[in-house]
Amino acid sequence: MTEMFILIPGRTSDQGCGISEGKFQEKYQKQITSLQVAPGDMERLALAEGDWVRLTTEFGQQVEVAVTAAKKDELPEGLLFIAYGDISSRLMGGDTHGSGMPTSKGIDVELEVLRSETA
Amino acid sequence: MASVGSVEPGARSELTVVEDAVCTFCGCVCDDIDLTVENNHITQAQRACVLGKAWFLNHAIDDRPSCLIDGQPAGLEDGYQRAAEILTGGKYPIVYGLSDSPCEAQRVAVSIVDWIDGTIDTTTSVCHGPSGMAFQGVGEVTCTLGEVANRGDFIMFWGSNPAESHPRHFTKYSLMPKGMFVPNGRKDRTCVIVDVRKTKSAKAADIFLQIKPRKDFEALWTLRALAKGIELDARQVESETGIELSVWQDLMDRMKAAKFGVIFFGMGLTMTRGKHANSEALLALTRDLNAYTRFTAKPNRGHGNVTGADNVVAWRTGYPFGVNHNRGYPRFNPGEYTTSDTLARGEADCGMMIACDPMANFSQPAREHLASIPYIALDSKETPTTRAATVAFTVATYGINAPGTVYRMDDVPIPLRPAFKSPHPSDFEVLSNIETRVKAIRGVRS
Amino acid sequence: MTKDLIKISQGTLYDPANGVDGEVRDLWIQGGRIIAAPSDPATKPARTIEAEGLVVMPGGIDMHCHIAGPKVNVARKMRPEEKRKAEVISRTDVTHSGTLGSVPSTFATGYKYAGMGYTTAFDAAIPPLGARHAHEEFDDTPCLDKGFYVLMGNNHYVMQSIQQNEPKKLKAFIAWLLTAAKGFAPKLVNPGGVEVWKHRQAGNVSGLDTEVDHFGVTPRQIVSQVAQSAQELGLPHPVHIHCNNLGMPGNWETTLETMRALEGRRGHLTHIQFHSYGGGEGDENTFNSKVVPLADYVNSHPNVTIDVGQVLFGETTSMTGDGPLGYFLSNIYGGKWFSSDTEMEAGCGITPIKYKNKSLVHALQWAIGLEWYLLVDDPWRVVMSTDHPNGGSFLAYPQIIRFLMDRTYRQDVLKTCHPLVGRRSTLADLHREYTLNEIAIITRAGPARILGLTNKGHLGPGADADITIYTPHENKEIMFELPRLVIKSGEVIVEQGEVRDSRIGKTLHVAPAYDVDAEADIQEWFEKYYSIRWRNYPVDPSYMHQPELIGSPNHGN
Ligand code: SF4
Ligand SMILES: [Zn+2]
Repeated sequence: MTEMFILIPGRTSDQGCGISEGKFQEKYQKQITSLQVAPGDMERLALAEGDWVRLTTEFGQQVEVAVTAAKKDELPEGLLFIAYGDISSRLMGGDTHGSGMPTSKGIDVELEVLRSETA
Repeated sequence: MASVGSVEPGARSELTVVEDAVCTFCGCVCDDIDLTVENNHITQAQRACVLGKAWFLNHAIDDRPSCLIDGQPAGLEDGYQRAAEILTGGKYPIVYGLSDSPCEAQRVAVSIVDWIDGTIDTTTSVCHGPSGMAFQGVGEVTCTLGEVANRGDFIMFWGSNPAESHPRHFTKYSLMPKGMFVPNGRKDRTCVIVDVRKTKSAKAADIFLQIKPRKDFEALWTLRALAKGIELDARQVESETGIELSVWQDLMDRMKAAKFGVIFFGMGLTMTRGKHANSEALLALTRDLNAYTRFTAKPNRGHGNVTGADNVVAWRTGYPFGVNHNRGYPRFNPGEYTTSDTLARGEADCGMMIACDPMANFSQPAREHLASIPYIALDSKETPTTRAATVAFTVATYGINAPGTVYRMDDVPIPLRPAFKSPHPSDFEVLSNIETRVKAIRGVRS
Repeated sequence: MTKDLIKISQGTLYDPANGVDGEVRDLWIQGGRIIAAPSDPATKPARTIEAEGLVVMPGGIDMHCHIAGPKVNVARKMRPEEKRKAEVISRTDVTHSGTLGSVPSTFATGYKYAGMGYTTAFDAAIPPLGARHAHEEFDDTPCLDKGFYVLMGNNHYVMQSIQQNEPKKLKAFIAWLLTAAKGFAPKLVNPGGVEVWKHRQAGNVSGLDTEVDHFGVTPRQIVSQVAQSAQELGLPHPVHIHCNNLGMPGNWETTLETMRALEGRRGHLTHIQFHSYGGGEGDENTFNSKVVPLADYVNSHPNVTIDVGQVLFGETTSMTGDGPLGYFLSNIYGGKWFSSDTEMEAGCGITPIKYKNKSLVHALQWAIGLEWYLLVDDPWRVVMSTDHPNGGSFLAYPQIIRFLMDRTYRQDVLKTCHPLVGRRSTLADLHREYTLNEIAIITRAGPARILGLTNKGHLGPGADADITIYTPHENKEIMFELPRLVIKSGEVIVEQGEVRDSRIGKTLHVAPAYDVDAEADIQEWFEKYYSIRWRNYPVDPSYMHQPELIGSPNHGN
């Protein structure tokens, strides 16, 4: 089962602290590898904390990532959030449309629920 | 050149306090931090926020070697020589990063680029580069942060989440201060936050507007129309922006009624669909509002000295970022000479990454290409970029171990007050040594 | 043969400060300075520069330009479009690359000034909060000795001290601020008007006696009291004034009032061309020149000096510490506009502009500038400037020299202008032509004297060996745009336009003595309102490149 979402990578306080603690340390790694999903979307897709999903962009970039429920109200349904890092970079296209800036926020992604991890 | 070199270490095991030290973790560049230093370790960072504390308290000296060549420990001299050979050996050398280096080091980096006919770009190109382009289109009406603190009675944040990215922004500059013409502080100000999600910052707002993702331009253009009194189709406005026209009208009425308005904007504008057009809309709106009252705008810059990088590159080359010297003189073209592009298109054939982490932050094709070419990395910490570098220098951390000058997000230059000495060289020292060798190879006598 | 002894042999010297008007002489240099001819006629110099048939003058001094610091750099960032089509500055084995356009990059600025025979320049408007930035750029601006003027005409502490009638505090503050910024002179830009701009939409003062919002002081009080304090401090260049109402029709009366507000104290009115307009209500039909009455005042008041701010036809960038002026100009031209307000201190406005010879206003501005050079009797009190880049680039100086030395050329250009210029100004009737000696005065000897630079602007023993050697030419523009040799601190830095040595040059600054007890009050005010810490505000001396303190510290009262 797949569904279209808009992904917003961004900064978080823990990710910022993690940079100072070290990019190979747990705090940073955990931040940049957890995908926040709106509680409503979690429920509708029957996703539990720690379940895995696969994200695919229109250019074919693909990642698999564990989900976590976004804090109440923080994220409207249909939007996904992840702290900047390796995963968000993987989903960015190489093209900057002549601006120098790759589209790094508001990326269309196809979300596929992977049952295997928790089943 | 100002205060370069290193700080002398305090007597061992003595406790020292460095007053009014400067935090360079974010563009707020707070210069009121009191650091307690014990045994080459910062044990307290008074007044620093959570990010600032993490920055200061985690800076034990990295016990990695100061130089690694192909992943193996190497002498600094060998590293400098190898770096100079790499940079002078390519046809399309790129130098990138600089936003976490003091201006003194940035200036040397631009010199090196000049001597090697290279391309220089800073992390500006992937944060507020689009705002820089917008500025070249319409200009900017702005002010220093002290003006915001003393006069700002209407404070708006658009696509910016200072609660998580610039934690002292509200308290030090924009919302809480009791200023000359806003004596009651927060009570004298209206705070509006516009974003596509209800960020942690939204709590601070009197009015929070959650617009549709990727509709920033439409929302800003709606406000521009309302500022000029142009009638709009309510249904269309709501379906495009996700917010009712009457709400936008109310917002515009408040903006015009303000005495001194300020709009801070973030990467929510520049990284999403529209990019520089979004920033341009916001800067134009600010300009329009000056026909009714005083209004200013300011990008919330991220890194501690990204603003210095813009300044240094501009004063030396005439252009702020993305500057190519392949013909022996500077040319500017974002999208052509910016690093995301020179890497993703596979054009660069060698490079130097200074205090930045493209191997973590860049697109996959850009990262793959960077991994395939010889390059030098300078960082105080181990990162994916230092791990994949041909020559990696571990450098003293600016502001903690190394002195110099940084520019706050509002272009105010501030001197660093380092706390203790590092066994590693500063990036100024590394770059100066590389420059000497580059000049020798290129026959430069300047 | 004596090491580092240089002789410039048999040049024709123009050294008006020492009364030398075109005499053939030898000039001796040692240790970066000019020395008296060795008494032993057998002394052999290490190097002899043959200057027979060539004109020798002190290096040029630009006493009012915008070449460094916050607003200049914003203008660089803002105008990529004009650089791409401008001449390129390629790197060489001794020089950096750079860009031109109306706001050249730092290296290009130094090379181009030196290439034209100028060896000293002063940036005219630095907000003290950005002083560190200006010094950093100076450190990357080669071939020139440099200094800057510190914006203080809208400084809150200045206005507050005047409001509270505390002249001692004012005096101490001015000295403290100059020292903290490592600046050279007090600068007033639209005194009081910029503060009003921060309070209100399109805010400004309308004349010398408008009260400034919140502070209740007037521009007249600011002018007279800062001039008074500066005089008491014994500053080498007491006060540099950009009057209120720049560019407005009818502003000549404001200018006259500003000169009167000096009440006999020394004061320099800058880019006075922009402040010499008759007419009113913005009606182009009434716009005209008022140089005659203003020049009369200057001619009869030796306490007043001026620089012109000549306009040249073409595209440039307007940049000013006068925030409301930037707003006004951006509305006229409709292009991009930058404005920035600096807390407690200053403002800034930047916008691209274009002067057209067919526009009556622009052509009149051009004519008014030339009238000023021609109507001030004493060349020691009028200085060449374009207010670079506001009226045009400093690179236009050779052309201005030609306008002044060649009335036929001047009249030919006048004929291409809007036909009404002849009636609204006196330029068509002015037949005066400058001599080489007078050119040497308005481009070097005069500014040196006005700035109190005793080691510059002349060729007597003890002077800095900053020397320009020109090849005479009938066309003075050609003569002055490409000197044969330029010598800076005793070293040849440029030969026929080619840079040979790109040394950085000195930082010229003042440090007047003041009552340190006054600092406590300044600190209290500072900590209440500034967004940076008191301790991080003063510029450390290490930011200056080869600092040279000008004027002796004054220990009086
Ligand atoms: S707000 Fe930014 S500069 Fe200030 S202490 Fe926090 S991280 Fe450091
Ligand atoms: Zn000026």
